[in-house]
Amino acid sequence: MPRSASTWLTSVHRRLSSRFNTWTVLTVGVALIVALPVLVVLAHIVMPTQGIWQHLASTVLGRYLTNTLFLVITVGLGTAAIGTGTAWLVAMCRFPGHRIFEWALLLPLAVPTYVIAYAYTDFLQYAGPLQTWLRELFGWGQEDYYFPSIRSLGGAAILITMVLYPYVYLLARAAFLEQSVCVLDVGRTLGRGPWRLFTSVAVPLARPAIIGGVSLVLMETLNEFGAVQFFGVDTFTTGIYRTWFGMGEQVAAAQLAACLLLFVIIVVLLERWSRGRRKYFHTTGRYQQLPEYRLIGWRALGAFTACTIPVLIGFVVPGALLTHLAIQEGDALLGTRFLDFASNSLILAALASLVAVGLAVILSYGVRLHPGPVSRTATRIAAMGYAIPGSVVAVGILIPFAWLDSEINGILREHYGIAAGLIFSGSAFILIYAYVVRFLAVSFNTVEASLGKVTPTMDAAARTLGQTASGTLRRVHAPIMRGSLFAAAILVFVDVMKELPATIILRPFNFDTLAVRAHNLASDERLAEASTSSLAIVVVGIIPVILLSMAIRRSRPGTRQVSRKDEDL
Amino acid sequence: MIQRHRLAAPLTALLASAAFANGALADELNVYSARHYDSDERLYDAFTEQTGIKVNILEGDSDQLIERIRREGEASPADVMITVDAGRLWRAEQENIFESVESEVLNERVPESMRHPEGKWFGFSQRVRAIFYNPDNIDPSEIGSYEDLADPNLEGDICIRSSNNIYNQSLLASLIEHHGAEGAEEWAQGVVNNFARQPEGGDTDQILGVASGECDVAVANHYYYVRLLKSDDGSEREAADKVEILFPNQDGRGAHVNVGGAGVVKGAPNHDNAIRFLEFLASDEAQEIFAYGNYEYPVVEGVKKDEVLESWGDFKKDGINVSILGENNPKAIRIFDRVGWR
Repeated sequence: MPRSASTWLTSVHRRLSSRFNTWTVLTVGVALIVALPVLVVLAHIVMPTQGIWQHLASTVLGRYLTNTLFLVITVGLGTAAIGTGTAWLVAMCRFPGHRIFEWALLLPLAVPTYVIAYAYTDFLQYAGPLQTWLRELFGWGQEDYYFPSIRSLGGAAILITMVLYPYVYLLARAAFLEQSVCVLDVGRTLGRGPWRLFTSVAVPLARPAIIGGVSLVLMETLNEFGAVQFFGVDTFTTGIYRTWFGMGEQVAAAQLAACLLLFVIIVVLLERWSRGRRKYFHTTGRYQQLPEYRLIGWRALGAFTACTIPVLIGFVVPGALLTHLAIQEGDALLGTRFLDFASNSLILAALASLVAVGLAVILSYGVRLHPGPVSRTATRIAAMGYAIPGSVVAVGILIPFAWLDSEINGILREHYGIAAGLIFSGSAFILIYAYVVRFLAVSFNTVEASLGKVTPTMDAAARTLGQTASGTLRRVHAPIMRGSLFAAAILVFVDVMKELPATIILRPFNFDTLAVRAHNLASDERLAEASTSSLAIVVVGIIPVILLSMAIRRSRPGTRQVSRKDEDL
Repeated sequence: MIQRHRLAAPLTALLASAAFANGALADELNVYSARHYDSDERLYDAFTEQTGIKVNILEGDSDQLIERIRREGEASPADVMITVDAGRLWRAEQENIFESVESEVLNERVPESMRHPEGKWFGFSQRVRAIFYNPDNIDPSEIGSYEDLADPNLEGDICIRSSNNIYNQSLLASLIEHHGAEGAEEWAQGVVNNFARQPEGGDTDQILGVASGECDVAVANHYYYVRLLKSDDGSEREAADKVEILFPNQDGRGAHVNVGGAGVVKGAPNHDNAIRFLEFLASDEAQEIFAYGNYEYPVVEGVKKDEVLESWGDFKKDGINVSILGENNPKAIRIFDRVGWR
């Protein structure tokens, strides 16, 4: 008996030590810290509400649901089609201008949804220049023609699609570029033409990347606030906002937010389940120039048009409209104050993206090393912040930190007689924390997708050769994933530049960003003056977007004509 | 006292600075403001010049600022909260973030209906929810009152913004006060039946809707109209010229008037400065800047107004205490939901 007891003890010890090693502890720890605000919001579920649900259900809830579903489905399908299609065209086909489209297709990423909404509304509304011009040209009156209103559910869906498709494009293109040419060659040998090669080989292989992009888009759509609020389209998110801040029913609002989360969780699970046990490693490292399809004639024209339209609608037109407005009226504070706004935006975005990528690497590598249910669930919850509206995340952060501040204050006052005031609340630290909570999903999805493509035999080889887990990460994975890490950082950077609700609630005194300035002016119905800062957000956002595009190009193994050992794989 | 968070410094230095950021010093004032007019800046500068007190500003949306002050609790650095609309001031008061101020200066200069009965907040500027119309199609006698807007004669004629907006919530709150909840709901239903289009855009868009012929009648705050009249953009001035403004209920209780106001935050670290600031806001000099910058009416009698407002002359105001607008606010939101006013 003692003997068997001691074996049992050893086996328990071994199990425990394998489960609670440094990486798992680190992963779960980081995940919990990031998940804290989400959990705070979720904790409201169990609290009672007084009849507010009946009121919501009998009046507005149905509209929230149908509008939100409509947006999610149309934007999801639209971005998947545009993003994947243009990515394939640009990666595999040669037609006039394809090199320009490579980066130009990313440009709409720099345009926040609320900015594109401002720009098009000003242009397309009944009193705007286009309709006025049409009326004057044809002598129409109000009754004589039909012009769809941009301020509608459909208008919102189109505009959101046009600025969010680059998420799918970005990840899909990177996936197409990373695909080993062997797989494509096999497809060709088996008689697949370019179209069938696309639908039956390339797209299924790129599925995790495409799904990753679409899920970013969907979460972004779910908590979209600026544009839908501006258009007067009632969605779940505007409903949460109205219930929380308008009706003062924070418990019911948090419960609405929890419903939203539940929806996201179900969708994520469905996707995982349908993916089943399929894996997407690259099983060969053989790369060479991708097989290029040279398009001529109407095919070239078709490809050209397909790539032009999204760039035109998502970037060129709103950019031109804003520039026009900015020159015509513009912001009175243009000058040194404006530089302050811009540098605040830039520095916040840079810091937040560094932290978000660092944490994403820790989390995804931790799960790779020890893929237990605990660490997996923890990371999933940590990435949920992306699906919660920014203003709700902000309150989820205010609650625990305000408590911490007041505890610290109490202790300091009691023992040292110091009134320290707020320590965390209203600091830049809390703002960056909020950004990480909101946008960890962006970096995490990108990093995880990239890590998923590195075959585990690489890990095994490195470890056999005496590398530690961290050493493997540093020496093997990091160099392979360099392109994706950079992409993740830029995505977070651009998102932070555009972020609004959390910034407004959490920022320190005398600290305005470009987005805040644009919002303040626009909420005061001074769209023309808001155009200057809106334009600045776009301009500052373009630079990293172009860098990103260049980096992806360079990251394709096999395009550099250098000695073998210098290559990534 | 360090209030300038330059993020260029390393994060650790930042944290250290943040730790000292919120203490109380004699020559500072922390203002949470939901107003963001460029003229406000002149106001703060004038106060600093007069008193030597440095003003730190945090601008944001009203409801979020209230939530932040509430969450920050006792340690909150907030001294003064400025916001527009009595509905929001009431919300702030409900969250218990204001303290009662007893100041002879304020009581004397701010009219009684424009401040909280216990001095929790004071109105410093007034705005009128006016009716706008196309003089070619509408006889102003048809729309002399808010009640007329529910008249079936106006079917398909009215542009008004979403019920998410506090200005509409406060207007309905005043109707609840005058006609009871049922009467107000009937009115709201009548207005919804008269919509020319689903609510979209802000107050300016409603006025432009009349100018472009999309609707014949619109409801908006008066200063948006003045802004259009004085716009740098020629087409906006042209549009405003096609529209006439009307102050409703002049034969009865008077036009619905709301306030932009401020209160001293409970536990304000710079308490005396906060009261000084409110008293400053009631001074002739500040009243002129505070109201002038946004073409609003000052609350103190005899202060110079914008020349457009001067040209409109005097008008009759609804005399109910504006704090009632806040009390009726939750009822108003539910009525809007029930009648399907988006």
